[in-house]
Amino acid sequence: MSAHSVDISTTLGNAWFPAPIFTASGCASSGKELAQFFPLKDIGAVVTKSVMNKPRHGRPTPRMAETPSGMLNSIGLQGPGIDAFLANDVPWLLAQNARVIVSIAGETADEYGVLARKLRSTPGISAIEVNISCPNVENRGLVFATDRDTSCRVIDSVRKVIGGEIPILAKLTPDVTNIVDVAKGVIDSGADGLALINTVLGMVINIDTMRPHLGGKTGGLSGPAIRPIAVRAIYQVREALPTVPILGMGGVSSGRDALELILAGASGVSVGTASFGNPTAVISIQNELRELLAQRGFTSLKQAIGYAHRV
Amino acid sequence: MSTINKAALQRQATLIANKRIGAYHQIIFSVGDVVRHCKPGNFIAIAVGGDSSKMILRRAFAISRTSENAQFGGTVELIVAPHGSGSKWLCAQQEGTEIDVVVPLGKAFGIPTEPANALLIGGGYGSAPLFGLADVLKSRGCRVDMVLGASVGSKIYAPMEGKRSVNSLKIFTEDGSMGETGRVTSQLKEIITEREVEIIYSCGPMAMLQAVTEIASSLGVIHQASVEEAMACGIGICMTCVLPIRGEDGTVSMKRSCIDGPVMDGATVCWDLVGKSTENFS
Repeated sequence: MSAHSVDISTTLGNAWFPAPIFTASGCASSGKELAQFFPLKDIGAVVTKSVMNKPRHGRPTPRMAETPSGMLNSIGLQGPGIDAFLANDVPWLLAQNARVIVSIAGETADEYGVLARKLRSTPGISAIEVNISCPNVENRGLVFATDRDTSCRVIDSVRKVIGGEIPILAKLTPDVTNIVDVAKGVIDSGADGLALINTVLGMVINIDTMRPHLGGKTGGLSGPAIRPIAVRAIYQVREALPTVPILGMGGVSSGRDALELILAGASGVSVGTASFGNPTAVISIQNELRELLAQRGFTSLKQAIGYAHRV
Repeated sequence: MSTINKAALQRQATLIANKRIGAYHQIIFSVGDVVRHCKPGNFIAIAVGGDSSKMILRRAFAISRTSENAQFGGTVELIVAPHGSGSKWLCAQQEGTEIDVVVPLGKAFGIPTEPANALLIGGGYGSAPLFGLADVLKSRGCRVDMVLGASVGSKIYAPMEGKRSVNSLKIFTEDGSMGETGRVTSQLKEIITEREVEIIYSCGPMAMLQAVTEIASSLGVIHQASVEEAMACGIGICMTCVLPIRGEDGTVSMKRSCIDGPVMDGATVCWDLVGKSTENFS
């Protein structure tokens, strides 16, 4: 079986992608910088940085702390706001022939509805990732995904606007007692799929200043350190909801890692922090994955999705 | 809107020299033809720790000098202080090691179109990129004066060959162990006035850049500051290395020092707002 004859196309709900490796939200900005290193059309999709209704400055510096096999970030959703984003970034990405998944974030359930309405009238977008789990907001109470009912309210306000034209992916946090319960809730509220997982809340204390190192005190842990958490979350959700498509992410930095998430149940895999250390990570991971699938005798990616659950 | 350095490439570069110089290491990489696009002020981002490293982020270093020769092709020189785990790893590498680099990155120092009186101010190893800059300024007919400072004399980086392009060099140390006792700003007003300085270039710690900005602004002298803020990626995708910058319309916004810098117009940086809650931005 040659690697090039493996069909690596995938679907998330009614959206089709020629390849299963995507950028991860917040780890590729809007794609312009990574385009210096590889053509964006060669990967599955660009998932853009979560955008809010209004422009936002984000959190103060320091915003970053490297940890063993990981890093904490505390960006706080800095961005241009949805209007500037739709006017500048989306047309540019579409001109590169890239598939675009837009990640949205709001302070209230209503704000998500407003964002969804603006996206509905923008042609060319492949899917919406509804980020209800960013840990870098002033009030932890705003992390909708830590509570099933508030998660459902957000998805409901998006579903009222998007009537099945493009898939709605709810991005969940692993920082909950029972992720399956939240997953079932958002699917019942009308999400077409899930994005698993967001960063894990953490803290680093600077032993010279003897205070929290990050300007925002807490930050989101990402990188290989959290990969087993992602594998676990994807596996648990796939087991409970075998027909729900999952976009997996969390510490993937090689083809081997991507395959692990796929075997656990992911139909596509986003690569985030790995791009910070290696600007060509997304494309090399995709090439490695193709080889690994071929070596294991898979003729298509779809055969490998959730394969770890076989009896 | 700023964009990533259009010449940036990722490649395996051979480490061809690693020498200890006082408190620092002089490290030279063979990088090939891309050296022609490496300008004073640009930086290089280096993967550290080898293939199974727990250090997942690149380390950014200012390029201090570049050259082209028959044996090694294009080379870039960095001056590295072995402080953290990444820089210590780099300083421990043997000549001949192949290392993954991305180069050149960031905005370079702006060079005056007409000969001008330039003052270069460096703090600690922040002086390193100023010597390459001095060569370029000198070749354009500028007068180049330099002021360096550090806490102690062993942290002053001022190589003999670097001094060729400098008309004068003044050194300050806080403990008086080299040059005069004091800081780079101790006699700055007098130096700017006496030498009729028209443009200041600086590189060093944030507090020094802020102090230089205040004096430069009070005398109406242009000041290009090369900032150093912690970066996760160096290529503009992570949004961690941001600084509050006042735009022409008067509003403050967070700009990436890897893309909009590291060389910034000092007068536009809101030094007082660095590390402060963004809710105070006007």
